[in-house]
Amino acid sequence: MFTMKNYVQASSLEEAYALRKKSKKNVILGGNLWMKMGSRNIMTGIDLCSLSLDRLEENEKEYKIGCMCTLRDLEVNESLQKEFNGSFKEALKHIVGVQFRNTATVGGSVFPRFGFSDVLTILAALDTSIELYHAGLIPIKEFIDRKLDDDILVNVVIGKDGRKVSYQSHRMTETDFAVLTCAVSCKDGKYTVVLGATPHRAQIVDYVELADPNDEKQLETFLDAIVEQVRFGSNMRGSAEYRKAIAKVLIKRAIAEISE
Amino acid sequence: MKIQVLLNGKKVEADINPNMMLLDFVRTQGMKSVKRGCDTGNCGLCTVWLDDKPVLSCSTLAARANGRRVTTLEGVQKEAEEFSVFLAKEGADQCGFCSPGFIMAVLALKRENPNPTAQEMKEYLAGNLCRCTGYQSQYRALVKYFGIEEEI
Repeated sequence: MFTMKNYVQASSLEEAYALRKKSKKNVILGGNLWMKMGSRNIMTGIDLCSLSLDRLEENEKEYKIGCMCTLRDLEVNESLQKEFNGSFKEALKHIVGVQFRNTATVGGSVFPRFGFSDVLTILAALDTSIELYHAGLIPIKEFIDRKLDDDILVNVVIGKDGRKVSYQSHRMTETDFAVLTCAVSCKDGKYTVVLGATPHRAQIVDYVELADPNDEKQLETFLDAIVEQVRFGSNMRGSAEYRKAIAKVLIKRAIAEISE
Repeated sequence: MKIQVLLNGKKVEADINPNMMLLDFVRTQGMKSVKRGCDTGNCGLCTVWLDDKPVLSCSTLAARANGRRVTTLEGVQKEAEEFSVFLAKEGADQCGFCSPGFIMAVLALKRENPNPTAQEMKEYLAGNLCRCTGYQSQYRALVKYFGIEEEI
């Protein structure tokens, strides 16, 4: 459990960022679920809950998801499910339980770039940009590769570019962390494959062509090429070899779903 | 720091430590149904409603509840009693330790989706662990409570 001396509800992002810059012991608060598992000594917990960042807005081009939206907000949003073939619901519904997802925030789930993250995996397969207070709007691929710094995640922006997407994951038991997460999207015949919980940060293999997904031989070549580009590791949930083997199965299922 | 919370419909003011969790806050206010089970956000035992949505009070800062509505089992006694009859009839209330959080989740589902399918019901309650029943007796009680006709 962490300790925290002061608690501040920031009245502006400017104030929150200035406080954050002041000391490494000043932290931005998300849902606290992961932070609570550690034993950090926090000087000031900075809460963004009064900045109206718990809104999920939408126009004809994109979704703008505030960092204080909960994971449950994404799961029950009908427009998001419709736009992305229900893949958000599939990515989120296995995360512990409803009360957990009502507590976990989008900012707290995405900013730390957890290796186990289901959320990061699905976002990385879409036309997603991350709006940081200081660095501005950056593509998710660049965001994933960035070092953790003292910036603040303000919004997640997802473009509506008509791509088809499928989310798959494998768990040893329901509600546990995934052994492997997988999201595949397809636009204009080109595929983007994302593998997460490898157990490293989500990895993206972009713009891969697959002329005929129903041709077994082509599909096998495609799968082999993808898994060779991804770094798999071992932990208590599975070995690198096991992950590599099931990666192909999950990608295959995702492609089958997209091609339906 | 001072907070003001509408706890089970009653206005409560308290001076709290900034890192106090909502679980400890409601217990100091006498709401002893709320218990710490796993303390890792996984078991659902500490479930309370924050502005009518079920959350994990073991992981929610009490400070964040300032100016908001908090509901514990003590605040929904009548509905809880109605459901507990179904639980008792199926022998689903064994050691009873998980019941408060479980019932808060069941009643939240009832409000959100009064007529769930078996699948929707199972998904909604996946975050509540019980180490006695093996869940079968709970499922039987839930099927009758929600009037679910399909097989589990």
